[in-house]
Amino acid sequence: LVLLSVICCPQNYPLYIRSVPTENELKFHYTVHTSLDVVDEKISAMGKALVDQRELYLGLLYPTEDYKVYGYVTNSKVKFVMVVDSSNTALRDNEIRSMFRKLHNSYTDIMCNPFYNPGDRIHSRAFDNMVNSMMMQVC
Amino acid sequence: MEQGAVGGSAAATAGTGGLLLPLSESEQQRYSELFSRCCPPPEAAAGGSSVGELFRASQLPPDTLHQITEVCGAKRVGYFGPAQFYIALKLIAAAQSGFPVRIESIKNELPLPRFMALTNDGEVRYGTPAELHGVKFQVPHATLEKNSYKRTDEGDKQEPKSPPMSPICSPPASPSTYQRIPLSYGYGKSRSGLEQQHGAPYEVRHPTHQQDGSSSGNYGAKPALACSTLNRSLSAEREQQDSSAHYSDDPWRITEEQRDYYVNQFRSLQPDLNSFISGSMAKNFFTKSKLPIPELSHIWELSDVDCDGALTLPEFCAAFHLVVARKNGYQLPETLPETLLPEYLQAASLKPMRDCALFDSYSESLPGGQQTRDFSRTEKSAEEVPDNSALLQDGKKDDKQALKVSTALKTIPKEFQHLTVKTAAQESNALKARPRSRSYSSTSIEDAMKKGEEPPTPPPRPQKSHSRASSLDLNKIFQQNTQAVRSGWLPPPPPALPPRPSVSQTEQPSEVELHPQMNRPPSQAEENSSAKKEVVLSQPPSKPTRRKLRTETQGLETPELSPTINVTSSLPAVKPHLPVQKQSSKQKRAIQTAIRKNKETNAVLARLNSELQQQLKEVHKERIALETQLEQLRPVTVL
Repeated sequence: LVLLSVICCPQNYPLYIRSVPTENELKFHYTVHTSLDVVDEKISAMGKALVDQRELYLGLLYPTEDYKVYGYVTNSKVKFVMVVDSSNTALRDNEIRSMFRKLHNSYTDIMCNPFYNPGDRIHSRAFDNMVNSMMMQVC
Repeated sequence: MEQGAVGGSAAATAGTGGLLLPLSESEQQRYSELFSRCCPPPEAAAGGSSVGELFRASQLPPDTLHQITEVCGAKRVGYFGPAQFYIALKLIAAAQSGFPVRIESIKNELPLPRFMALTNDGEVRYGTPAELHGVKFQVPHATLEKNSYKRTDEGDKQEPKSPPMSPICSPPASPSTYQRIPLSYGYGKSRSGLEQQHGAPYEVRHPTHQQDGSSSGNYGAKPALACSTLNRSLSAEREQQDSSAHYSDDPWRITEEQRDYYVNQFRSLQPDLNSFISGSMAKNFFTKSKLPIPELSHIWELSDVDCDGALTLPEFCAAFHLVVARKNGYQLPETLPETLLPEYLQAASLKPMRDCALFDSYSESLPGGQQTRDFSRTEKSAEEVPDNSALLQDGKKDDKQALKVSTALKTIPKEFQHLTVKTAAQESNALKARPRSRSYSSTSIEDAMKKGEEPPTPPPRPQKSHSRASSLDLNKIFQQNTQAVRSGWLPPPPPALPPRPSVSQTEQPSEVELHPQMNRPPSQAEENSSAKKEVVLSQPPSKPTRRKLRTETQGLETPELSPTINVTSSLPAVKPHLPVQKQSSKQKRAIQTAIRKNKETNAVLARLNSELQQQLKEVHKERIALETQLEQLRPVTVL
């Protein structure tokens, strides 16, 4: 099950955090923070020439014993990070990809809103509902 | 009552442990009236039973009511004083609007709490706008339900109010503030009489309803207490409503006057009614309404159905209507009410025959709208607008004409609209989803596909200069080959005139072979060199150029490669049959093209290689994780 979803802006501060309420949530926040380094490493390793070819989905950033971290970055360097419980082996890569795609679509919808300034925290109720349903449906 | 109001407000401000509870005038009046009903003066505290009944009538779940009583302090104090009562009422209003039951939530501006249990004398006094709210909140239940059931009760004039409306009361589209309250709550027949009374006069008033006086006659048998007073009060409201032109039976339904006003406003921003208002223009306009930005943001989210950053006329009307509603104190719904959907608004004033055509044209116009979404999400350039306006013309033209059509036809269209709106909404959602999926499918897949196809189709230039007569045929064959490649891997050309064999092709499992290069023995050398080049070239890119997993592209590329392999395998078989002639210049050119093609193949293979390596890495990682897990478990078993 998805434990935590985070959207980070290009300056690496979070625009949106949604987690399944657990104890030790702070640990997951910290994990996401460190995984941002991995994301940056992946996208910087591409080099300038290959920016167009860069895949948006970054895949498994790194696994730990309890959970896995998946990353996705848009072309404008907005990063989506998801922490998934390792015990759920049923979650395949394609499902993670589709979840990221849904996140991306919803994020784009938010950007369409002229009252949303890029860089603001995301407060949209529709977005919340979408993320909730997405995270819950996996459980 | 004024005393009660003053006393109530004082108590509210003073008696809440220092919490300054802002009550608007309407709220004060209402609360004081409710309080006096529950606790006849000169007592200081409201009677528990009447309060309990009142709370139950608010249709909140019992847990919430318990919470409310706790939070407002009645439990602590032991009775419902005016302060506690007012706080409780505020909390009920908050809970009905969907806020959590907490002190903080009642600091916001809230609508009045709704109670279906109001007795007759309370409603008799409804002449003030404050109480208009109350009644209108309730009445829309009746009319909303009535309209929704119009689907099933096709224009039924004798629509019985109580049974059909009670069970199926949870429309997702209606605002959250409007609970469809089943008629079977504890007040008994007087209430059901009230309900029907609510419905009846409003049916009369609603321009679309056909039952003018008959329904009131139907319910004449109901408790006469309510009838006359209600009729009087509601007719008073009716007049007020007509004059105010801000409310209709359903606050989420746009009246004709409102619609005209909105259209005029739209025109002031954008003279062409068929096109869009851009996001920034709309933002400036709606900011003038002085609503807080998060609310405006939510309104936009609700009304921009196709999420394109621009508002069409129906979307604009919906947004404007929401702004108006919010300014008048209505809470914003979580989802767009059905009556504010663009399809609904467009068809709202059309005749039924036009509906289907309209929805067809609207759904056709949706792809057009979505195309523009891909173009730009901010300012809509005037050049793009005419693209959509052509598509939207049909729908909008009908809309314009429809605005002038008499509204008497509203009821019947509504039935169709309910049916068709849903399908159109589904269609539109599906249509919306489709281009989304298209545009958001990994862009690199498309790149890869293009690139994958490019190597297979290099120009057949070098083959033109064969000495033999068959060279002409060869050219044709090459063109055939390239076309075959483009059209999807057709079977190889007729064996009679295969291109000069280049032995290297047998070793190159790629599209390169489709452009059969050269001819003879030098090709051997060429093959060896190219094979070596392949090997050499493939090694440096072994460091994955793209470290991203691309199973999709892999999946795409492997089918690309396999058909080419099939094609090429047949070709070499045929080639050796042909005799070959040597011409060094041709060879050179052929070699150069072969080199080029090999390089392209190499690039493709290198990419594939990098992806596979990435996959391998990840599988390794997973394996390591699994092994560590195993290690953790193992000591247990060993011991």
